[in-house]
Amino acid sequence: MSIFGIRGVHVPHHKHTEKLAAVRMPIPKTVVIPMSMHIGAPAKPIVNVGDTVGVGQLIAEAGGFISSPVHASVSGTVKKIDSVTGSNGSPMTVIAIESDGEMRPYEGITPPTVTNYDEFVAAVRASGIVGLGGAGFPTFVKLSVKDLSKVSEVILNGAECEPYITSDTRTMIDRADDIFEGIKLLEKYLGVKKVIIGIEDNKPEAIAKMKELSAKDSAIEVKSLPASYPQGGEKVLIFNTTGKVVPEGKLPLDVGSIVMNVTTLACIAEYCRTGMPLVEKCCTVDGSAVAEPKNVIVPIGTSMRDVFEFCGGFKEEPKKVIYGGPMMGIAVPNLDQPIMKNTNAILAFNAKDAEDPEETPCIHCGNCINHCPMRLNPPAIGTALAHKDYAALADLKVNLCMECGACVFVCPARRLIVQRHKLAKQELRAYQAKLAEEKKKAEEANK
Amino acid sequence: MENNFIVSVNPHVYGKRNTTGVMLDVIIALLPAVVASVVLFGARAAMVIGVCVVSCVIFEYLFTLICKRPVSVGDLSAVVTGILLALNIPSTIPLWQAVVGSFIAIVVVKCLFGGIGRNFANPAITARVVMLIAFTGTMTDIVFPVQKVDTVATATPLSALPMGGVEAVDASLLDMFLGVRGGALGETSAAALLLGFVYLLVRGIITWHTPVVFIGTVFLGSLAITGDVTTALYYTLSGGLFIGAIFMATDYVTSPSTPWGKVVFGLGCGIITLLIRFYGSYPEGVSFSILFMNILNPYIEKWTMRKPLGGVKA
Repeated sequence: MSIFGIRGVHVPHHKHTEKLAAVRMPIPKTVVIPMSMHIGAPAKPIVNVGDTVGVGQLIAEAGGFISSPVHASVSGTVKKIDSVTGSNGSPMTVIAIESDGEMRPYEGITPPTVTNYDEFVAAVRASGIVGLGGAGFPTFVKLSVKDLSKVSEVILNGAECEPYITSDTRTMIDRADDIFEGIKLLEKYLGVKKVIIGIEDNKPEAIAKMKELSAKDSAIEVKSLPASYPQGGEKVLIFNTTGKVVPEGKLPLDVGSIVMNVTTLACIAEYCRTGMPLVEKCCTVDGSAVAEPKNVIVPIGTSMRDVFEFCGGFKEEPKKVIYGGPMMGIAVPNLDQPIMKNTNAILAFNAKDAEDPEETPCIHCGNCINHCPMRLNPPAIGTALAHKDYAALADLKVNLCMECGACVFVCPARRLIVQRHKLAKQELRAYQAKLAEEKKKAEEANK
Repeated sequence: MENNFIVSVNPHVYGKRNTTGVMLDVIIALLPAVVASVVLFGARAAMVIGVCVVSCVIFEYLFTLICKRPVSVGDLSAVVTGILLALNIPSTIPLWQAVVGSFIAIVVVKCLFGGIGRNFANPAITARVVMLIAFTGTMTDIVFPVQKVDTVATATPLSALPMGGVEAVDASLLDMFLGVRGGALGETSAAALLLGFVYLLVRGIITWHTPVVFIGTVFLGSLAITGDVTTALYYTLSGGLFIGAIFMATDYVTSPSTPWGKVVFGLGCGIITLLIRFYGSYPEGVSFSILFMNILNPYIEKWTMRKPLGGVKA
């Protein structure tokens, strides 16, 4: 980086659980499985109340192209198919299954037949695997490439730049063979010639383990990246490992890259070997209110309450509970929220850590501008939003904001930048939709 | 306990430093200069600093009270303004004039424009310029450090240099560096100001760009105009260049945010300072140059802002 380059944000790592291999938690009494654990259309339930299901049985099929099927994570009886309020405040359909305590695998589980590219993508689709780094984008869509010769590399995301979370770190250490098997599948069916594994340099054990893999295969390159948030952001990772910039409105594939989380790939390999779809997830359970921080393998749909209980409950009263890491995590209103496919951590904080500081006037220190990975200008965006100047908002490219929160972390005035950007993006979209509609109407009138 | 969770937008963790912390670091960085001013100019210097700080804080407190705005003196920015203003005026200033200066800095330049973060120019610089014009006699009073009481000199280095060159200045280069020369109470000791600069850099409060480019431009320009390294060094160490470049031109609110913007800002300050010093009628131009660049700042900011990563022209 040049003297005029970007300074990363140095967030406190808090990787307390990095040495703790994941442990399996006891079978929960009930699981509540949401139909929307991915980006795209919700899955459509295909079971009825009263049905008996086995582990890995398909209970909801993909609801569209960009969607993902959902499978039972415990064996037992379907108790309820219901609409509840999700953590984002909008309603979502859930299937509640009462466990029979047996964890009996579904009889139909057999390894998929994969002999060519199309069968491979179909298998990934059937596995219900979505981006497990947190985004939850259906993985098979990423792998659906029209022209395979355009793929110059696959970048495996092992950055795990969020504080506290160590579930990907554990995947790289404990499931290195699965990752290697996954790489072999990508090489075989996608013809991938180059695989870059990007890992932040605060995970020496994971880097060492991945370097062992690269010794086995010259196509694999392990890149140790500075531990600077948000290193694992998709566009940031592509830029920092290949120097390529993904243009606005384009996908990584447009510049020849496929980015995949390490755990996602490990799960694909496991599915191709065993035929067991994505029904459990390794989560980091941590935070100042948690008695015994752990990495836990949790059946999908298990409530946060059950998982925290398994981790010794709370040593202090929790005041804020979030899905994911503290930089981008989503705060939840209660402990009934289920573990989802893309949940890589649940954190509970005591009163001291839960307080959000008060906003004070901007002193124009420039920290947000100099630390923004997308090189945006938050104070100018804030002003344009206040003035409802949508042309300026479009010019300032607020739509590129990934809401990583780096700006807020470094802001001495505790400005509510992420909130403003969320609002600005929403208002800008509405404004542009209105413009497009007016234009269309005007064209029709001219005809 | 269940529904008592705080639900808020990410992020859920924050850096340690807040505005008060930033101001506290600036105050700490100013301490060497404060100590140097008392050593050089005696108890009177401490008195001027005290009067400026107290009146700045009181004016801001009263303004927020009268205008029913949230009380903001806790952020310590008024203290910083008070110290900076005091360091920029001679130790012999009548105290009532120091109070007037504080009023201009805090009420006219800062509070009337909306308080912290909204002033268009640096309050201390603007107040100093207003005082220079309003109280020319007392503001240009040539005061010598207590270490030089026996000198019968009649000029500050900056007014002596153009007339008689280096020989006319009654101070060695070391004296100039340590601050044993005539001038405003806090501007003379480059050594003390540099200590503060290093502290600000280490703490990450400011970057090197503006001060280094500003001081560098003045040095190189003086060298080019006079053709003599020693004379150029004298020019560099004279007047209020160090305090201006380190503490005033780096003011967050009124200077650019990006590294390139800071370079342009420093360069502009340096060039204007040179023009005023060598071709203008005032002996010193640091304050004017910073004030002028403050006004240009929104444009520099606009021109030097980085392009969003991957942004496509709309």
